[in-house]
Amino acid sequence: MAEVLFSRPKALFDIPTHYCPGCHHGIIHRLVAEVIDELGIQEKTIGVAPVGCAVLAYDYFNFDMLEAAHGRAPAVATGVKRVHPDAAVFTYQGDGDLAAIGCAEIVHAAARGEKITTIFVNNAIYGMTGGQMAPTTLVGQVTSTSPYGRNLETAGMPIRVSEMLATLDGPAFIARVAVNTPANMNKAKAAIKKAFELQLSGQGFCLVEVLSICPTNWGKTPLEAVKWLEENMVPHYPLGVYKDVQEAAK
Amino acid sequence: MSEKVLMKGNEAIAEAAVAAGCRHYFGYPITPQTEIPEYMSKRMPQVGGVFLQAESEVAAINMVYGAAGAGARVMTSSSSPGISLKQEGISYTAGAELPCLIVNIMRGGPGLGGIQPAQSDYFQATKGGGHGGYRNIVLAPNSVQEMADLTMLGFSLADQYRNPVMLLGDGVIGQMMEPVEIKENNTRAVEKPWAAVGMHGRAKPNIINSLYLKANELEDHNNRLQKKYALMRGNEMRWEEIHTQDAELILVAYGITARIAQSAIDIARENGKKAGLLRPISLWPFPEPPFVRLAKTATAFLTLELSAGQMIEDVRLATRDAKPVYFYGRTGGMIMSPMEIYQEITKILDGKEGK
Ligand SMILES: Cc1ncc(C[n+]2csc(CCOP(=O)(O)OP(=O)(O)O)c2C)c(N)n1
Ligand code: SF4
Ligand SMILES: [Mg+2]
Repeated sequence: MAEVLFSRPKALFDIPTHYCPGCHHGIIHRLVAEVIDELGIQEKTIGVAPVGCAVLAYDYFNFDMLEAAHGRAPAVATGVKRVHPDAAVFTYQGDGDLAAIGCAEIVHAAARGEKITTIFVNNAIYGMTGGQMAPTTLVGQVTSTSPYGRNLETAGMPIRVSEMLATLDGPAFIARVAVNTPANMNKAKAAIKKAFELQLSGQGFCLVEVLSICPTNWGKTPLEAVKWLEENMVPHYPLGVYKDVQEAAK
Repeated sequence: MSEKVLMKGNEAIAEAAVAAGCRHYFGYPITPQTEIPEYMSKRMPQVGGVFLQAESEVAAINMVYGAAGAGARVMTSSSSPGISLKQEGISYTAGAELPCLIVNIMRGGPGLGGIQPAQSDYFQATKGGGHGGYRNIVLAPNSVQEMADLTMLGFSLADQYRNPVMLLGDGVIGQMMEPVEIKENNTRAVEKPWAAVGMHGRAKPNIINSLYLKANELEDHNNRLQKKYALMRGNEMRWEEIHTQDAELILVAYGITARIAQSAIDIARENGKKAGLLRPISLWPFPEPPFVRLAKTATAFLTLELSAGQMIEDVRLATRDAKPVYFYGRTGGMIMSPMEIYQEITKILDGKEGK
């Protein structure tokens, strides 16, 4: 990891981000940028930013980008990719963006086997708007709109996006990763890399779900937040590869 | 194609779009415009283009946003309830200044309404149907030929101003068959150095965006947009006049209603009643100059719409209420006959109608 820590990827601007201390968005940006550098595709990458804490991702990534309406990034990316089939097109979306308001767009982009990559940042909360309940919020989890904890009776169970999308035929690669330890960061980067490689070789839709912390709205220190992720999120959202057409063909 | 062929209005739009070099179509089925996606699904593969049936009108307009942002000449089409779903995307497209053509073949409302023709989306189309205060150029064809011609013009204007253009038709012209000539591509080719196409050696990334978090920057952005809209007002007003020079009563109508009004005027003239037609072709920018001029020579105006009265507000603004502005409309898919209009003309000109 030494070189990773000391050199900034070309695909990332050398400016401070607006993310809260300890937030995983910054790490995930960095992993995406490193993959784009390693694949040498910065010149042909077109990113789509979400509405959520990563709304300003276009200020940090050093390649062409579009800012989409809340949840619509997969539809926007579809439009881009159909114009530039050779480009590396990806969306970067939070769990409110992707699993609530944008549920139809992500499911159908996946079902069409749209040749795009989605980086799905699941922090079990609406970060940007100040910590409301998301479709991924855990049962019992307190948020500003579930002040008594998420109620199973009225809100149902949190959606497992990777498992759900893996039931479709369109996706080529679906994995859930985390960036809580150096080892997991390496696995996350490998998954992101594969999700771009399979897009570029025309295999189909690729998604990497990254379990992520929101210390600010979880009301925890970054360290406490990582512990909470490990003890509560990982059991409900098991890490692993849910679909891989390359492995399946072996 | 340069000879005349018999086509439905909806098909003429689709073929004219192909002739104009549009190679990306995103849509969702809804009556009475479904001929457009059906035609495109057949035609686009023949010309190496993309037809994509989206999961919803919401997705379709966002695909348009992506394709337009990536530099393509792109369109979508729908009818009233579907156009309501597109409003979020239209606002983003206007905010990010992306050129595209949006077709609305109007049907009756509100709500699910009906599938018969109407003109009740005038407010939505011309006043900014989505949030935030923006303008689309809105073109209103009254024949199958104009469906084709204004489609081509729409693509030119969209590129020229980096702005969404709406073609506002009604179910009658959409479904009606008439001889039409699909002209050679007469649109301007415009460079799009701003598009998100991948940097390919460019020093700085291109960003397609409508977000300005600082109030002063958003105001600057709005001021720039308003300047552009003022330019459109100056350059892009379009209208047609028939028998207006000596007319005492000016009928104001667009789309299919203007065709019916023309027949009513013929009956009126045969009966010695001086009626004329002022037909706005651009609904936004609304063509004010002829109203100002005719308000000096005519004694009254009669606005005709397949709605309960929407364009009439612009007619009153344009004439500065200098002369009485009467209204006659039908709704729900009911269509007025020339005789109905003639009776209105008679009432006004024989002085039986109080203002
Ligand atoms: C149409 C619309 N509805 C609601 C919002 C408000 N909003 C902005 S971000 C957001 C939630 C974002 O949460 P998530 O996608 O989980 O991203 P995070 O901030 O957690 O990274 C909401 C509801 C909006 N901008 N647009
Ligand atoms: S609010 Fe949460 S998700 Fe957003 S930047 Fe802060 S820690 Fe990260
Ligand atoms: Mg979130």
